[in-house]
Amino acid sequence: MGSTVKFVLDGEIIELKDVDPTRTVLQYLREYLRRTGTKEGCAEGDCGACTVVIAELNRDSDGVQLKAINSCIQFLPTLHGKQLITVESLKQKNAGLHPVQRAMVDCHGSQCGFCTPGFVMSLFALYQNNAAPSRVEIDDALAGNLCRCTGYRPIIAAANTMYELPRAGTEPLHEALLAKLEADDALHIEYGTRKFFAPTSGKELAALLTEHPKATLLAGGTDVGLWVTKQHRVLDTVIYTGRVAELRRLSANRTHIEIGAAVTLADAMDVIVEHYPALDELFRRFASPPIRNAGTLGGNIANGSPIGDSMPALMVAGTTLTLMSVDGVREVALDAFYIDYQVKDLKPGEFIALIRIPLPAKNVILHSHKLSKRFDQDISAVCSAYRLELDGQRVASFAMACGGMAATIRRASHCEAALNGQPWNAASIEKAMLALADDFAPISDMRASADYRLRAAQNLLRRFYLETTGELGQSVYRYGR
Amino acid sequence: MGAKAVGQSLPHDSAKLHVSGLAAYTDDLPEPRDLLHVAVGMSAKAHARVRRIDLTAVAAATGVIDTCVAGEIPGENNCGPIIHDEQILAADVAEYVGHALFAVAAETVDQARKATRLARVDYEELEAILDPLQAVAKKSFVLPSETLRRGDPEQAIANAPHRLKRLLHLGGQDQFYLEGHIAMAIPQEDDGLLVYSSTQHPDEVQHLVAAATGRPVKNVVCICRRMGGAFGGKESQAATIACIAAIMASKTGRACKLRLDRDDDMIMTGKRHDFVIEYEVGFGDDGRIHGVDFMFASRCGISADLSGPVNDRTMFHCDNAYFLENVNIVSHRCKTNTVSNTAFRGFGGPQGMHAIEYVIDDIARSLQLDPLAVRRRNFYGIHERNVTPYQQVVEDNIIGEIFDQLESDAAYVERRSAIREFNGTSPVLKRGIAMTPVKFGISFTATHLNQAGALVHVYRDGTVHLNHGGTEMGQGLFIKVAQVAADELGVSVDKIRINASDTSKVPNASATAASSGSDMNGKAAQMACAKIRARLTEFAARHYSVAESQIEFDANRVVAGKSELSFAELVRLAWQDRVQLWASGFYKTPKIHYDRSTFSGRPFFYFAYGAAVAEVIVDTLTGEYRVTRVDILHDCGDSLNPAMDIGQVEGGFIQGMGWLTAEELCWNAAGELTTHAPSTYKIPTCSDLPVDFRVQLLAHAANREDTIYRSKAVGEPPLMLALSVFHAIRDAIASPQQPLPDLQAPATPEAVLRAIEGLAS
Repeated sequence: MGSTVKFVLDGEIIELKDVDPTRTVLQYLREYLRRTGTKEGCAEGDCGACTVVIAELNRDSDGVQLKAINSCIQFLPTLHGKQLITVESLKQKNAGLHPVQRAMVDCHGSQCGFCTPGFVMSLFALYQNNAAPSRVEIDDALAGNLCRCTGYRPIIAAANTMYELPRAGTEPLHEALLAKLEADDALHIEYGTRKFFAPTSGKELAALLTEHPKATLLAGGTDVGLWVTKQHRVLDTVIYTGRVAELRRLSANRTHIEIGAAVTLADAMDVIVEHYPALDELFRRFASPPIRNAGTLGGNIANGSPIGDSMPALMVAGTTLTLMSVDGVREVALDAFYIDYQVKDLKPGEFIALIRIPLPAKNVILHSHKLSKRFDQDISAVCSAYRLELDGQRVASFAMACGGMAATIRRASHCEAALNGQPWNAASIEKAMLALADDFAPISDMRASADYRLRAAQNLLRRFYLETTGELGQSVYRYGR
Repeated sequence: MGAKAVGQSLPHDSAKLHVSGLAAYTDDLPEPRDLLHVAVGMSAKAHARVRRIDLTAVAAATGVIDTCVAGEIPGENNCGPIIHDEQILAADVAEYVGHALFAVAAETVDQARKATRLARVDYEELEAILDPLQAVAKKSFVLPSETLRRGDPEQAIANAPHRLKRLLHLGGQDQFYLEGHIAMAIPQEDDGLLVYSSTQHPDEVQHLVAAATGRPVKNVVCICRRMGGAFGGKESQAATIACIAAIMASKTGRACKLRLDRDDDMIMTGKRHDFVIEYEVGFGDDGRIHGVDFMFASRCGISADLSGPVNDRTMFHCDNAYFLENVNIVSHRCKTNTVSNTAFRGFGGPQGMHAIEYVIDDIARSLQLDPLAVRRRNFYGIHERNVTPYQQVVEDNIIGEIFDQLESDAAYVERRSAIREFNGTSPVLKRGIAMTPVKFGISFTATHLNQAGALVHVYRDGTVHLNHGGTEMGQGLFIKVAQVAADELGVSVDKIRINASDTSKVPNASATAASSGSDMNGKAAQMACAKIRARLTEFAARHYSVAESQIEFDANRVVAGKSELSFAELVRLAWQDRVQLWASGFYKTPKIHYDRSTFSGRPFFYFAYGAAVAEVIVDTLTGEYRVTRVDILHDCGDSLNPAMDIGQVEGGFIQGMGWLTAEELCWNAAGELTTHAPSTYKIPTCSDLPVDFRVQLLAHAANREDTIYRSKAVGEPPLMLALSVFHAIRDAIASPQQPLPDLQAPATPEAVLRAIEGLAS
């Protein structure tokens, strides 16, 4: 077990001792290294000015995985075993520009320039990962980067133009160095009275959590990061799940998709969408690529926010959680996991190890609707999910769950009862819409009023019905794209 | 003749630095060794007497070096740009949630910010006024209400065949520059203070910092190389931040930097004014307006700031491109217990235009006419019906030509009928289309601000150092002025070094605002370059014994009769002959005059025009929508740099679309802003760009006035083209049940669904 954080930066292995475990990667870059190309725009992972790219060796195959992330909320020790690539890393030996940068200049993709390094890094990740992106894929890749000057048109032009330019002479990737890092080491940092652990096995994690019951479990850091940058909280003991082998597993067997709690949202969604293609829109609109690249499905579930977007769909799909502790494992249904606002069926010392999603049965329709002020990277006002099994024209089983409608994500039992066994027609839907008012009494806040939440949730159910009957074509989200 | 720089689509002068991460913003500058970081302690109450601020725990916190409350400010406790009605640190009464109460200087940013939370403030709560209508009822105003009248509107409305009334709520907007407010103040020898500030107005920062720290203005220098966006948000508001940094630098004798956290920036600094608008209009069967009455009540917040001229501009632009023969405009500048609102691209103009466009749309819908036809019927005329309510003759009206061309280019008529057909067969999804005009007055309405200066040095190697009073916030001002200077001196743009705005180079400069940056600074630089060129011409004629008319400067070469030499060589010879090789330039906008007591005169040198056609599709179950196509035709005169101008048109349009669609500012009952970060305040993202987006600049459009190379200002006008999106949404949701849907802005999905279902907002 080492205490030195090791990562690759610009062709060198950096070894850092005595790292403040909750110092962010952005603070390290700007304040310590004085590499000021990477900017702070919001310090909460919502604007993308701080975007950097992380490279990691694939665990199951050859090659390297590149991911854009928000450096403003990423803690420095989480770089252990990885390569950090910043806008300065794209520097060419001949003093020229990398094709991504060249394209941005040629297309007038910068005005004030403050968001530009972040866009360059998101584009760099796209350039490396996708040889011929569609317009929708470009939009998706840039959904986590805000630009207030250009209106985006020239940046999209740059995203197309970059592929037409000669490849870079100096490649910023250093695969050989990455391979040299002793990446399987567990990490244990003592910083004054504060501690940071990055165990590598579930057993170790369980033991640490028993020893430090008040420790903060850190996965992607997309929420915990803000506790530090926004709330100025001091986290005494942090246990990082990102290096626990069992928690990083992702597989599908004949009955279930099994997702380790430390699997990123991006990786988890790829597999889920393979089996549940109707969830594609939900997951494209879920947060942003840098958040999905860092954040985990386990974290989304464990966080238990009443506006978490993954849970309604997973709930109606019949998902179960495998909870682990030194005492062993137990299985709990996701729809029984949330007891009240921020109260979960999770005992001290227990953590989510695995998320088990049943594969879709034949003749089952599963769908989810997300409603927010903005299509991309916005927290839902309402997020609904439905699972419908028809027996001819009759509802054999119907499940519905909603986010944004109550203190927890939960099932709509009255609405479900109104539909189960009924004919699947407009009259039944009208009754089910009314029943939804018995299920939820939502609140008003800056995202939506209580009235709108309920009305929209009712109308979304109608939309789902019209989608199943084919009366409603393309959604406005997809329209023309 | 070689290729001229003016008119070329040169890249932004800092483009390569931007993409490489090498463009230095204020927070990227090397930090002095003894630098302290400052954080601000804010009021938690919307309105309260501050009985006591106990900073004992703050001062004792790790790393804290010093603190400051109002009474400890060495100079004047004021940051009001026009009227001295706003304190840098609130002395006795906290007037909004976020009002700065004290400052802390510590060794690190974290230490300073953490320490602010340890203060104990004893408040005696007072009644708070939280919205404009409440303020109107209580006669709570930051400035007196104003009225602008022409004709007999009451009679005209009463006698008109048709009448309509409406109450509109129009949301504000956060500037959301990606670089938040920041300033670094560095003490210099002999009482000097150097301030790096992200500001559109270094001169004002210099003056207010001098006053706040008790220095003569000569001892303060303010520098800004670039801002990471500003949009008006750094016109007056930057001074508060710079003053706090400067006060702490004065108190501690050490360099001090204040960089606001994003949430604090959004809570503490002003935004676009939200408005309540009432109108009554009388009109004929053809849709022509006979008389209209407007009441505007805007949320100014706690102080006047720039609210006077902002609201004046609302009054000047509630005609947009339409002749209002009989009109009454009342403007209330409401004092509310919310942050003091300020400049934002358009500066009150967008709110005025929103009002009149809503009137026109209502008229058309109530008469079942195409809004496009009603717009045309109300346009200003060329020789008649061409005088604005403030008595300026519209001499350069081209809105008719622009409408004709765009209607045809965008195939408006064909698309309108296709949409009607689609909507007839689509019960849930509805499409809508709208075409709206923009006519925007260019000049500061305060005539004295329409002045600019430049300083140009030619060095002995023939390279050029360029300074002017304008600031670069991304709009491309610096490259445009460099293009002007290059052509005036006959050198290529790469020979010119564009330098930071610096109060020690060009003094007394106005804010870079009102879209006037390139108009004024371009002219000033042209003047400076012309002086140098004249001296070089005189010298060359003498040196080569030819007439001055035989001297030509072009492409870094100079021809003097039969001789030819490089510009650098001529400069070297001139220097040896003791010719002065630097010069200043000064420009004041001609023709403008304006009497504020009567609201009449010629406040604007000229008008910029444009039009947009937007098409949307709306899901009537949820109120969600997508902008499917936008066509824009915009007038930049003879563009100095078409790439920069297209950038302004596109960026301004999308920003305006954000204002009218997803960007919603919310306050709770305690007066707290609940949308103070990008997680809750949603500016457009990449996928919000219209699926099909077609932007053209009007060709052969030389400005009729003698502006720099006959170009037109472009910063603000395109923002208002986004009104087309709002009206396209309204068009989509108008139905036999809701023929005049009560759609309020911003048109969030919730607002759209409310309008569809006829619910009150």
